[in-house]
Amino acid sequence: MAVYKKTYRPYEGELTPSWSRFLVIPRYAFEDLHGKRFLSIFFLASFIYPLVCALIIYVQHNASALNLLGVQQGARGLISINVTFFMSLLGWQSIMALFLASFIGPGLVSPDLSNNALSLYLARPFSRVEYVLGKMSVLAILMSLMTWVPGLLCFGLQGYLEGWQWMRDNARLASGIFFGAWVWILILSLLAMALSAWVKWKPAAGGMMFGVFFVASAFGAVINAVQRTRWGNVFNISHLVGVVWVRLFEGTNQTTNGAVFFRANQGEQVPLWTAWMGLAVLALLCLYMLARKIRGAEVVR
Amino acid sequence: MDPVIELDGLEVRFGQRTILKKLNAKLTGRSVGLLGPNGAGKSTLINTLLGFHKPSSGTARILGRDVRTQAREVRSLVGYMPENDAYISSMSGVHMVRLMGELAGLPREHALERAHEAFFYVGLGEVRYRNIGTYSLGMKQAAKLAQAIVHGPKLLFLDEPTNGLDPPARTRMIQLIQEIRDRGDLHILLSSHLLHDVEDCCDQVLILKDGNVAAFCNLEEERRANRRFLELETRGGNNGDFLQAVVKLGCETAPGVQGRIKLVMPDGLEVRQLYEIAAGQNVQIRRLNRKRDSLEDIFLKAMESADGRL
Repeated sequence: MAVYKKTYRPYEGELTPSWSRFLVIPRYAFEDLHGKRFLSIFFLASFIYPLVCALIIYVQHNASALNLLGVQQGARGLISINVTFFMSLLGWQSIMALFLASFIGPGLVSPDLSNNALSLYLARPFSRVEYVLGKMSVLAILMSLMTWVPGLLCFGLQGYLEGWQWMRDNARLASGIFFGAWVWILILSLLAMALSAWVKWKPAAGGMMFGVFFVASAFGAVINAVQRTRWGNVFNISHLVGVVWVRLFEGTNQTTNGAVFFRANQGEQVPLWTAWMGLAVLALLCLYMLARKIRGAEVVR
Repeated sequence: MDPVIELDGLEVRFGQRTILKKLNAKLTGRSVGLLGPNGAGKSTLINTLLGFHKPSSGTARILGRDVRTQAREVRSLVGYMPENDAYISSMSGVHMVRLMGELAGLPREHALERAHEAFFYVGLGEVRYRNIGTYSLGMKQAAKLAQAIVHGPKLLFLDEPTNGLDPPARTRMIQLIQEIRDRGDLHILLSSHLLHDVEDCCDQVLILKDGNVAAFCNLEEERRANRRFLELETRGGNNGDFLQAVVKLGCETAPGVQGRIKLVMPDGLEVRQLYEIAAGQNVQIRRLNRKRDSLEDIFLKAMESADGRL
């Protein structure tokens, strides 16, 4: 029917499957983000480190390239493609993901809350869980592209150049990259969403993303110093993630202490179960904060 | 006729406060008004029907679907125009309405087409590409109506649709609601504290007070009855003969003092015939009033508390 026909008519056509409707939200969000130049540049810039890593892997396996650079074959050991290499890659990319989450996260929920648009979403056959999933998937997709996707591509490149046996021997690295990145992605996404739901002013919500990490870790450090203990580290989210990463990458045979921002120094580490518990409590707290705010109608008791 | 909305002992509590108290009603009208003073529970009732609040006891059914157990199905049948501002300020009007259409299950291309149609229909065709944050209050109200109808619901919840509108915008909004009602494709539940809005748009009215059903009336029947009930004041001639002649026509009469007569006309009798009889009897009809038991009277009666005060 032509748009100029000003009449109401019921809809009798087919409907989309209900399971797929939460995907409408990321599609609209990406359309919106596409127009933001700074974000596009930042997103592209975040691939510089993985590209450098891929270049190092390539050069390491290319004799003529090494000769061209004037490096002897024995110099291959200068940069080892090992657990530290991949953990550092994931660490740097995860920091970039933190910046991305603090840029994008605050704009996800707060615009819907500030003008009561939530009631419009939830008055449709669309649940609160689907709303949260839809919004989270925006961050999850972008952060996946920044973290585990380039990590696994570099792992694949190294495996391709080094041989099948290397891949089999180091399969734990691939699972560490994948699951380690997802731990970080889920924590960041939930935190960004929860802060966005409670702090309506976007710059403040973005700032609070960093505040949660730095203030909490400073608080933990004060507890450690005053009480001469290591338990203050349970407030240090990056430490908790570091402990989990080390286990995911190396199992019980630990040779590293995490990477860049995610250091869990030997002797200062909290036990693994505490790290998982700490992250789970943080995730549950974020979910509680979301459950309080993501409602079709405000309840005044 | 199957009820559109059926309230079955519906009770809603927020903490210690009971907001809706065991409501029972069967609403069958094409357009039902929900009246009540502020705080009567109108918006809470709508929010409960949408599944935003869980009933603490009892239930409600919309077009046969239980709001407790079939909330998703219920929401696929309804369109909702909330009372307060509700929009995504950074989106253009048509973009937001399209998003809402897609969330309701319309495929992408249908959602886009219907979003444009809905905007033309509510009279915002020219501003549909502007960000909603820049709309005037009247435009925002119309945009809310557009998003409520974009997916072609079977039942439309309109919560205070004329809130904050100037007279021309209010008239336009009422006309739109009447048009939608008269097409007969969907039912309407209109919540308002403005009696005129409800009187103009609805054929049934549910009046709430303090979370209770204070009254339920069928405005259509009420209007029909009112049209047959007359109060006359006569002078001159023989009032008794005039009364007898009127009774012969099938009217029920109740003579009062000083030539006043109350009468109920049977179906088919026109006022013109009363004037003819009066002329034949040499009786002057000095005053002729239709009974004015308006919605306002019904509402005020419903609002009267036990001690007779409002």
